[in-house]
Amino acid sequence: MAQIHGILAEFDGPAALLKAGKQLNEKGYRKYDCHSPFPIHGMDDAMGLKRSPLGFIIALFAIIGGLVGLGLQTWVHSIEYPLVISGKPFFAWQSYIIVTFALFILFGAGAAVFGMLGLNKLPRYHHPLFYSDRFKKVTDDGFFVNIAAGDALFDKKSTAAYLKSIGGKNIEVIEGEE
Amino acid sequence: MSEAIKIENNLLDEKLILGDPTFHSITEKVSSISEQKTTKEWLLAFGIAGSLLMLLLALIAYLVWEGVGIWGLNNPVSWGWAIVNFVFWVGIGHAGTLISAILLLFRQKWRTSINRFAEAMTLFAVICALLFPGIHVGRLWVIYWFFPIPNQMGMWPNFRSPLLWDFFAVGTYFTVSLLFWYTGLIPDLATYRDRAVKKIKQKIFGILSLGWRGGNRQWQHYEIAALVLAGLSTPLVLSVHSIVSSDFATSIIPGWHTTIFPPYFVSGAIFSGFAMVLTLAIIARRFYNLENIITLNHFDKMAKIMLLTGSIVGYAYAMEFFIAWYSGNIYEYFTFTNRALGPYAWAYWTMLTCNVLVPQFFWFKQLRRNVKFLFAASILINIGMWFERFVITVTSLSRDFLPAAWDYYSPTIIDILIFVGSFGLFFTGFLLFIRFLPIVSMSEVKSVLPQADPHYQGGKK
Repeated sequence: MAQIHGILAEFDGPAALLKAGKQLNEKGYRKYDCHSPFPIHGMDDAMGLKRSPLGFIIALFAIIGGLVGLGLQTWVHSIEYPLVISGKPFFAWQSYIIVTFALFILFGAGAAVFGMLGLNKLPRYHHPLFYSDRFKKVTDDGFFVNIAAGDALFDKKSTAAYLKSIGGKNIEVIEGEE
Repeated sequence: MSEAIKIENNLLDEKLILGDPTFHSITEKVSSISEQKTTKEWLLAFGIAGSLLMLLLALIAYLVWEGVGIWGLNNPVSWGWAIVNFVFWVGIGHAGTLISAILLLFRQKWRTSINRFAEAMTLFAVICALLFPGIHVGRLWVIYWFFPIPNQMGMWPNFRSPLLWDFFAVGTYFTVSLLFWYTGLIPDLATYRDRAVKKIKQKIFGILSLGWRGGNRQWQHYEIAALVLAGLSTPLVLSVHSIVSSDFATSIIPGWHTTIFPPYFVSGAIFSGFAMVLTLAIIARRFYNLENIITLNHFDKMAKIMLLTGSIVGYAYAMEFFIAWYSGNIYEYFTFTNRALGPYAWAYWTMLTCNVLVPQFFWFKQLRRNVKFLFAASILINIGMWFERFVITVTSLSRDFLPAAWDYYSPTIIDILIFVGSFGLFFTGFLLFIRFLPIVSMSEVKSVLPQADPHYQGGKK
């Protein structure tokens, strides 16, 4: 038999999913996720998630980008090849602002997208959840909770029963390698 | 009930999406656009756009072979249609970023219906924009001199030149717009993946959607990324056209050398971009029956933004004349009298009619909600904004400091066909996007439906 990945349960809508997210968190489950076609307001608090560290990652890379921009221009015009052009000083910082700003934004935007993918462990082509036909609805109008087998409280029978007791429907055991 | 509470309730009652859709009906409606069989209208439009694109490529090949002498450039007028077209296209792009970034920061939920294809419009418009300075350099094969890369000549770009700022600003703008657009597409590509019946489609969308599963632990980071991208794009979009205007404003040519240029260019860009979004939205809405998703309220709001930015542009035109007189600078004064009364007066008055007069009709609510009128107005504004760039670029150059050097500039047939061809490039990209990708952001439209709110009580208050 294949390895169990987790248990999937379907819920009625955003409100039911939000409630389930909160109840699972209060019950002590940690390795679970609430899947929905769009982000649900208040879900982070309900699941007790910490604030995403993405903002700090972006800030760090944006500042690096700005420094790279300023450093490049200074190095080119003051050290590598000092050249008088229309009488401007070698270190004409006023005219360096724009390229510095552009690279600040460029590095920040790159960090936002690739940092987001990295934190979400994407891209990946395959995931055990994709074995479930019902789960295809998650990008349409389906609301699901998935409790991973790695959770300390996970037990095939009692977890399934608990999901049912809080309103979960179509409970399904997901098998497959992570 | 006090007046203020009444107004607030009316605002809350305003429906963003009409026809009481469910989450599923939104998915069906949007997906069906790219899942249906290719329509005859689409094929015809694609045939025309593709032919124009081929024409553009052939003419670029001719240009590289023969040199920029095939254009109408002459001795005082060294910047002709290529620069006009560059500013025109890059300006059009600005509306997409405004809708997706600035309106996101202002929590304007109505933008969710139009942001996806406005962003796609931005991408293709910026591609067209990047083309023109690229071919304008003449020697296309040494364009790598723009890049700060070590080479055997020990030569570096001059970072103190506004043309290089422009290269970085527009390059960054394109890259960030692409990233922003793709990030927004990921959840919708996952919808296409999950709906795909054919194996090949499942594979393609499976790869493109990067394995998106819509878990809240993913949405959590995703929402921060979207918010920060909006926050970064907002100053970026305002800076890009400011820097484009610096290409003009940092020179000492009368009519160009003014401090009003950055805000004047930015509002003009948003003005022209919204006109283009409106043109495209009206066509797409009609062909794909999107009346419930793109509603008259959307058109109403876009018309209001055009009224605002169009009036700022009109103010800038007036202020330029005032400063030309008030500064006491005879060259500046001559340039502006020459604009209105000189050999290019026809272009000046076309610009003034289209850009100042036409948007004033948007004061009337009936006209803001009249689709035929809006369509005509949006086309006129597009024409007017192209003429604005023509007037700025050409009138100042054709009458420079020495009357002996004056000359009249007219485009050659090649100039005209390259510009027409750039529409082929734009529409080829845009039509492919409409055919194969979700043109409305499904996940975002779903999130603004009343039932998406976890406190929704089935329509009861």
